[in-house]
Amino acid sequence: MIEATSPQQPDTPLRALRLRLRRADAHPDEHPRSGRSIVPRASVTANALVAVVAIMTFLAGITIGSVAAVRTVAADWTSDIARETTIEIKPGDGLDVPAALSRAVALARQTPGIADARALDERETADLLEPWLGSGLDVSNLPVPRLVVVTLGPDAGRQTIADLRASLANEVPSASLDDHRQWTERLSSTARTVVVIGLAILALVGAATVLCVVFATRAAVDAARGIVEVLHFIGARDTFIAREFQHHFLTIGFKGGAIGGGAAMALFFLGSTLPGWLAAGDPADTLIGAMRLDPRGYGGILGVAVLVALVTAITSRVTVFRTLRGIS
Amino acid sequence: MVRFENVGLRYGMGPEVLRDVTFGIPPHSFQFLTGPSGAGKTTLLRLMFLSLRPTRGLINMFGRDAAKLAPDETASMRRRIGIVFQDFRLLDHLTTYENVALPLRVQEREEAGYRAEVQELLQWVGLGERMHVLPPVLSGGEKQRAAIARALISRPEILLADEPTGNVDPGLARRLMRLFLELHKSGTSVLIATHDIALMDQFDARRLVIHQGRLTVYD
Repeated sequence: MIEATSPQQPDTPLRALRLRLRRADAHPDEHPRSGRSIVPRASVTANALVAVVAIMTFLAGITIGSVAAVRTVAADWTSDIARETTIEIKPGDGLDVPAALSRAVALARQTPGIADARALDERETADLLEPWLGSGLDVSNLPVPRLVVVTLGPDAGRQTIADLRASLANEVPSASLDDHRQWTERLSSTARTVVVIGLAILALVGAATVLCVVFATRAAVDAARGIVEVLHFIGARDTFIAREFQHHFLTIGFKGGAIGGGAAMALFFLGSTLPGWLAAGDPADTLIGAMRLDPRGYGGILGVAVLVALVTAITSRVTVFRTLRGIS
Repeated sequence: MVRFENVGLRYGMGPEVLRDVTFGIPPHSFQFLTGPSGAGKTTLLRLMFLSLRPTRGLINMFGRDAAKLAPDETASMRRRIGIVFQDFRLLDHLTTYENVALPLRVQEREEAGYRAEVQELLQWVGLGERMHVLPPVLSGGEKQRAAIARALISRPEILLADEPTGNVDPGLARRLMRLFLELHKSGTSVLIATHDIALMDQFDARRLVIHQGRLTVYD
């Protein structure tokens, strides 16, 4: 540290006292630094904006997490349904139902790609009909359809179903094959709808975030207009000034994103673990059990949080440039 | 260095506040800009500092037509000009050191390369003991010296000072004037806007007198 000298000599006691007081203020041990932010923290409504960004990130995180959870559940259900198919034998005039069942099972087992085939026996059929026809039913005396449950192998494809359908048409005309396509299509359609709704909500949240950041940046630049003018007068380029503001808003964006994204992740984590803690049985049996999220879902929320921070920074940069053009 | 040719300026649809202003500031020169309050001294300084554009006429700065400067070129041009504002315009949330270092910081220079330079200048203007103090704590004279130091730190080719002695006692005013003369001797052109005739009478310098929007030069 360079020894300080003042042009004002302590020629009076009062001046000497003032000089000593000034030296006391000077913190001579502290190394001078100019790394402090040029944009004063107090000139922007930083805390309010952090809260807004956090809320927006939380909503976006919940949305993307829900979409991911719904997609996972829909995929699981579709997979479960698609792994099985059913042959229905309709009783008709003079049809030997047990023989038809045996033939259908044999045909199914011979078809490449099918892992197993099993005819539901009379008791199982009666159990299925119990809700409508009551207990103690003797299926052999009733013209009720009989079912063969066909389990598809891992290599089963569309051709497997087509081959089985063709074989049944040739050899067991009273049989019909239900490949559950109607249900899988409905599920896929529902999942797609949920995804589209989720993306729409994300777009709305994104637009609201951008607008909030635009207003906040404008307010910040307006509040710091005097500072911006001084920076211009000492030769600062717009890119330098914009970078100062952008750095400030990127920090705000990351803070808000971390809080909102963290809260959304915590909610999903609690949603998936709370039923276990409360001994509520299988989480899938409870309403919040559907909130289970796989690592990709958590990754999605993290991605949204980073995206919100970047959107905040980029929006503020663009807004600062526009505002600077107005000032200069 | 600076050349004004028939420059006129009006704000909006109002009357012309500057009319047919023609003058030049040669290199290594020292001059006063004077005139009654409201005569247009600050407006003329703002034109020289490229923060206003003239309604008519030509302003040539360092060999370039000021009207044809791109924003980045304007910033580069301003780095060759030091300005001391009448109201200092120090940034209250930055220390004296940080305020004085600001012109070098906006040039994106490494602090390690200019720290000693800033400290030395602060010592020279008598603020060595006040470099960690925020401007609201500084006295009027100290603020004035900090503002001057900020204008000088980037070694401008021309220094424009708007009423630099307006807020200080006569003793400090004389010291500041000596500081400007030292600067002039080191090769910087200096223009001081003041309406303090007594102060001007102490120095044999060129005078630019502005009255009712017209400028007269007394060499």
